[in-house]
Amino acid sequence: MCLGIPGRIVELAEGPPPMGVVDFDGVRRQVCLAYTPEARPGDYVIVHVGFAISRVDEEEAVRTLAVIRAIPGGMDEVSG
Amino acid sequence: MKYLDEYRDPDLARRLVAEIRAVVTRPWSVMEVCGGQTHTIVRQGIDELIPVRMIHGPGCPVCVTPLEMVDRALEIAARPEVVFTSYGDMLRVPGTTADLLALKARGADVRVVYSPLESVRLAREHPDRQVVFFAVGFETTAPANAMAVLRGAEEGLANFSVLVSHVLVPPAMTAILDSSGNEVQAFLAAGHVCAVMGWTEYEPLAERYRVPIVVTGFEPLDLLEGVLMAVRQLEEGRFEVENQYARAVRRGGNPTALQTIRRVFRVSDRAWRGIGVIPRSGLELTAEFAAFDAAARFGVADVTAREHPACIAGEILRGTRLPTDCVAYGTLCTPRHPLGAPMVSAEGTCAAFHNAGRAAFHNAGALGPGTQRSQGGPR
Amino acid sequence: MTPMPDPQAATCPAPRAETERVLLGHGSGGQLMAELLGDLTPRLGMNVLEDAAVVPVGQDEIVVSTDAFVVTPRFFPGGDIGSLAVHGTINDIAMMGARPVALSLAYIVEEGLSLAELTAVTSSVAAVAGACGVPVVTGDTKVVGHGAADGLYVITSGFGVRLPTARPSATGGRPGDAVLLSGPIGLHGVTILSTREGLGFDTEIASDTRPLHRLVHAMIDAGGPHVHAMRDPTRGGLASALNELATGIGVELDEPAIPVPHQVAAACELLGLDPLHVANEGCLVAFVAPEAAGRVLAAMRATPEGAAACRIGEIVAGHPGRVTMRTVVGSTRVVDMLIGEQLPRIC
Repeated sequence: MCLGIPGRIVELAEGPPPMGVVDFDGVRRQVCLAYTPEARPGDYVIVHVGFAISRVDEEEAVRTLAVIRAIPGGMDEVSG
Repeated sequence: MKYLDEYRDPDLARRLVAEIRAVVTRPWSVMEVCGGQTHTIVRQGIDELIPVRMIHGPGCPVCVTPLEMVDRALEIAARPEVVFTSYGDMLRVPGTTADLLALKARGADVRVVYSPLESVRLAREHPDRQVVFFAVGFETTAPANAMAVLRGAEEGLANFSVLVSHVLVPPAMTAILDSSGNEVQAFLAAGHVCAVMGWTEYEPLAERYRVPIVVTGFEPLDLLEGVLMAVRQLEEGRFEVENQYARAVRRGGNPTALQTIRRVFRVSDRAWRGIGVIPRSGLELTAEFAAFDAAARFGVADVTAREHPACIAGEILRGTRLPTDCVAYGTLCTPRHPLGAPMVSAEGTCAAFHNAGRAAFHNAGALGPGTQRSQGGPR
Repeated sequence: MTPMPDPQAATCPAPRAETERVLLGHGSGGQLMAELLGDLTPRLGMNVLEDAAVVPVGQDEIVVSTDAFVVTPRFFPGGDIGSLAVHGTINDIAMMGARPVALSLAYIVEEGLSLAELTAVTSSVAAVAGACGVPVVTGDTKVVGHGAADGLYVITSGFGVRLPTARPSATGGRPGDAVLLSGPIGLHGVTILSTREGLGFDTEIASDTRPLHRLVHAMIDAGGPHVHAMRDPTRGGLASALNELATGIGVELDEPAIPVPHQVAAACELLGLDPLHVANEGCLVAFVAPEAAGRVLAAMRATPEGAAACRIGEIVAGHPGRVTMRTVVGSTRVVDMLIGEQLPRIC
């Protein structure tokens, strides 16, 4: 369940309900922003069935990758 | 794509796999709840890379939609005045005698929508038709479905209604943990469900059942990191709720979404296909919005159905059997001719297995390095 | 251990797939369609299904193909039903290693279609046929009642002459062959989806519909009979086309090598679709013997239609009939044919 894709808000539009245009790497769609009232153009949101359900915390995103990168590189080829 | 591609990095995936192998001293069993997670795991062969037994949970709202709910949908969709709208996944789920796609072939007005607001728009634009929306999903989809109902009410759309078939995750996890023969030792909780709901509901579960629960995302690195966090807890004897998907999930969830869900829906008992009724595991419309209930409006609320005992969908949804254990898997039951829901939905465990080419004699899980992985074989 | 129930006795009442009628999925280019054709074509005495037929006429080999076009919307970014028809038919001829020579064109028009639209489609056909150097030489027009044809159906036949050294066939692949792709995938299907009500999204991409006969000519000049198989993946996508060509041999792909434009990738993520299953109208995949692969690829890149050509995998003796792919993450997965209609998903 829960096909949620991160996209960038490019503009806000009038409601009701509050809507916006979100860009997904060159594909744009109208998205309902009712559930991310704090989000502004330029922010990234997770979009599920045409609704933004969460704002992407960019610092946490970076931190997650940094933590993984800190794991010593595995020398073995992944088998299988 | 930003915030997606970075979590598919092969070098980082290798590191996580190596770290998991370094950490585990026993073959732990971890269940991922969400169908989207199952999809990634099976398609990317992640379960075959790690010495952890991944048990695939009932994380596909399509698969767990009870037979009678599909039959109700079919009855409504067959009416000439109805425009029946649904998410794509539901169109191929078999009811007792047909599925929505077949009904469409016979002339029913069945339409796929990406967003429930499309259904509302159709209702607005076609006042002479009854527009019905099939509101399926876990908690992730509830805010969207709730908004459709709210809009219907605010715009006074008398020709709009919803057939509600929502299911909730924590009661399902409890049912699994309570079942005899349960082998799940840790959970990867569904990331987007938790983006909406937060993870406070999981804290009592972790404590009561002494199981680690890691809120996990959907990309390969997310799943591998989630597994790593889970097995670290298991190795260290901890049983806490941790958040791997920190970039999208906060402990309190999404307050605006929660507010709307609670206004439009209330918790009810719900039947899960193949499992039975799990108390307080579903959603139904509150009294304020009862007028929008399609089951009542079309008089199908008492439609019932019975499953055939031969189909082991229930055990698969509970994670106690693998698709490859089923006699019908790959023979009588294929995505082309599905016998049960887990073979129909792209997120269903059986379909995921079949489309990844898992053969009927495949050895379940990789419990150590050097496990043979079969490809091809009789299907 | 519970005794295994007899599979033959399993009569689950739940799902009885529609077997009496044709479903939309039967036209999707995937398994359902293969099944339908598998039932119909033997009745016609046709066995191996190629893009076009080679018909011996005396000492010569004429190549013939036929096709029907029903796309809506009829005008879309990058093309229209007319240009699609001309390109599609030319490409079917080209995939047999033939030079297209002439086209026939038939219309089934729904009563009520605007004359301006019919004229626009016809002008497009004329322009594109002219640009390709392949004239429309004969045709037919029928008008049917309101509701009987979705606006306009276009049916074409193409006629060509086999290039002297060309011998591609659907069963031509051999272990060791390189799998070459002429350009990025998924553009046509995503463009059409972007116009569809209910799924609407905006994107700057356009359909990749284009003629491939000049590209094929360059490939045959460079590789002759070493070009073992060619197919233009239309409905059902690259995955379905490769599965169709995998008779007696296995195909191994390298996911990072497959060019997917970022908007196609994004649209597919949004709707839960696999880019390998999305329709194309302007690219081809070929199996080329290893000794010729380098020069054939170079020849492709020297043409406008093949400028982005690349090697995406190889043919192996193992797992015959199956297409596998080494994923971005480093594991291996099976690439199956599309089953029926591509449905966007929420899961």
